[in-house]
Amino acid sequence: MLPYGNGRSYGDVCLNAGGSLLVTQGLDRFIAFDAVSGILECEAGVLLSDIIDLVLPVGWFPVVTPGTAFVTVGGAIANDVHGKNHHRAGSFGHCVLSLELLRSNGEVLRCSAVECREWFQATIGGLGLTGLILTARLKLRRVAGPWIVGDSQRFSNLSEFLALASSSDSGYEYTVAWIDCSRKQRLGRGLFMRGNHAEGIGGNADLVNRRPLRFRFTPPVSLINGLTVALFNEFYYRRGAAQTPEACWHYGSYLYPLDRILEWNRVYGPRGFFQYQCVLPLGEAPAALSEILSQIARSGQGSFLSVLKLFGDIQSRGLLSFARPGVTFALDFPNRGASTLALLDSLDTITRSAHGAVYPAKDARMSPAAFRDYFPAWEHFQRYVDPKFSSSFWRRVTDGVA
Amino acid sequence: MKKILIVGATSSIAEAVARKFAKRGDALFLVARDERRLQAVAEDLKLRGSTQVDTFVLDARRLDAYSTLLEAAFHRLGSIDVTLIAYGTLSDQKACEQTPGMLSEEMMVNAVSIMELCLQLASRLERQRSGVIAVISSVAGDRGRGSNYVYGAAKAALSTFLSGLGQRLYRSGVAVVTIKPGFVDTPMTASIKKGALWASPGTVARDIVRAIGRGTPVLYTPWFWRPIMSVIRAVPEFVFRRA
Repeated sequence: MLPYGNGRSYGDVCLNAGGSLLVTQGLDRFIAFDAVSGILECEAGVLLSDIIDLVLPVGWFPVVTPGTAFVTVGGAIANDVHGKNHHRAGSFGHCVLSLELLRSNGEVLRCSAVECREWFQATIGGLGLTGLILTARLKLRRVAGPWIVGDSQRFSNLSEFLALASSSDSGYEYTVAWIDCSRKQRLGRGLFMRGNHAEGIGGNADLVNRRPLRFRFTPPVSLINGLTVALFNEFYYRRGAAQTPEACWHYGSYLYPLDRILEWNRVYGPRGFFQYQCVLPLGEAPAALSEILSQIARSGQGSFLSVLKLFGDIQSRGLLSFARPGVTFALDFPNRGASTLALLDSLDTITRSAHGAVYPAKDARMSPAAFRDYFPAWEHFQRYVDPKFSSSFWRRVTDGVA
Repeated sequence: MKKILIVGATSSIAEAVARKFAKRGDALFLVARDERRLQAVAEDLKLRGSTQVDTFVLDARRLDAYSTLLEAAFHRLGSIDVTLIAYGTLSDQKACEQTPGMLSEEMMVNAVSIMELCLQLASRLERQRSGVIAVISSVAGDRGRGSNYVYGAAKAALSTFLSGLGQRLYRSGVAVVTIKPGFVDTPMTASIKKGALWASPGTVARDIVRAIGRGTPVLYTPWFWRPIMSVIRAVPEFVFRRA
């Protein structure tokens, strides 16, 4: 069996072909919230969006949040997710004060940095394999309201990005860059966006209550193709908002732009798409990134949305945590079958020789050998895997070994 | 702020409805059988904004305890604006056919006990001259089916009872809302394979809150069950026998 939260992982870490899933949707109760200390205790199936709805009106916000608020607390812990403020706050595991873990023998372990410490480290980033997370206590952060103020600027190549990122990280809570991976001649240009939670109120409240759109049907073929990727990326770079010295965003449009279009994944048609997110150590990053960009250019397969982010030095807490110091790069490619898989394998070759890693939460195809390179602690981790728990991902990457 | 009594408060539909009440700051009196789960639900609803949450542990088959229950609820809430009755079991049709006595138990839980509770509540609300009684019945009560006619018969009795009760209480300013959900994805239906007609408790809860607000006599939720059931009710019996 395997816990299944809201199914927002891109690949097979939340799947268990031929086995059972423990659907945690029903474990969605708040247990306690102290509006003075900002400590929230809840069941593992609570969504981050529910937490925000509860705590933002009284001036609190999650310390770490990924690019969608539609993830469960359990899933955020199991994938040790990160956000645009990794350089300040680390990954999700850093805001977990304690958790309760139910093992298949019926035992409940209360884990924290002091109690059952080794189980805590195995469960953070443990891909749901150490048992079922029942509840968690989370530390929140103070905010004045829903607004984020900052700026957006264009850059024309990777070294400009790196300079911007390292100079911005000390003054900004959230930093992230979009990079154009659509056509050869534009590769490497992009937008750098940075922001802080606003001190006061401001902004247009009309934006807040807009109902999300829903992608109701799966088109027969992917609407993301060479043409739309090129058009979108050109538009995104050229539009006026790309270069703004003073911007005020609602947290929803800043942190969770895709949450406004429910089931957006359908845009890729029935064959879907692959995400590829790697992290590259700072020393190797410039060379490896330009190699990745030219590899993509050679393949002729553009990435619709490509995101760059400089991770900070905060050490992740989990044995299998993905976030580590360096530059992280996320790409998505429509699934064109063998040619897409071949491209991703060639990107793995670059990531491996740069001593980087690929993010399990977004992976559906990395080889067992690559996984072991990226996560050398996997062998030690194995002893914490519940004997009754497994996943499609885990069987794939430990194929023939575990 | 409304004052609300929920019987069967740990059922997922009831919980989803209660969260909407809690969000607008209503006072809640929650009744359920399992004390631990009831406490978890109550704590959650307090955090979600309910101004007052009380709990009462009761097995719905204990008809003799109903007057104590209502006494306690009226004592805590003063008056009761809304009562939602949401408990029930999805009877195992095969087991009912093979186990003598099981039919009466199912009828007791899904029909008789609810009717008894409604009657005791009705006379109090008649004196109060206001209020809404909303009860979860089912589309399964609209037509007998070979696969679940024990459950269907209980729900049919319940729907008919509520129809009459609604007529009686109309003059006193009390509304009776018969809620007929179709397939809802809850623990009660966990073992059934899901398809396109299935709805989430959240969707059904949204409809229920609206119907309670308006005093809608009969709510089909989601809405498409109304046309579906009007067709199913019209199909001659011999067609079902051959199907």
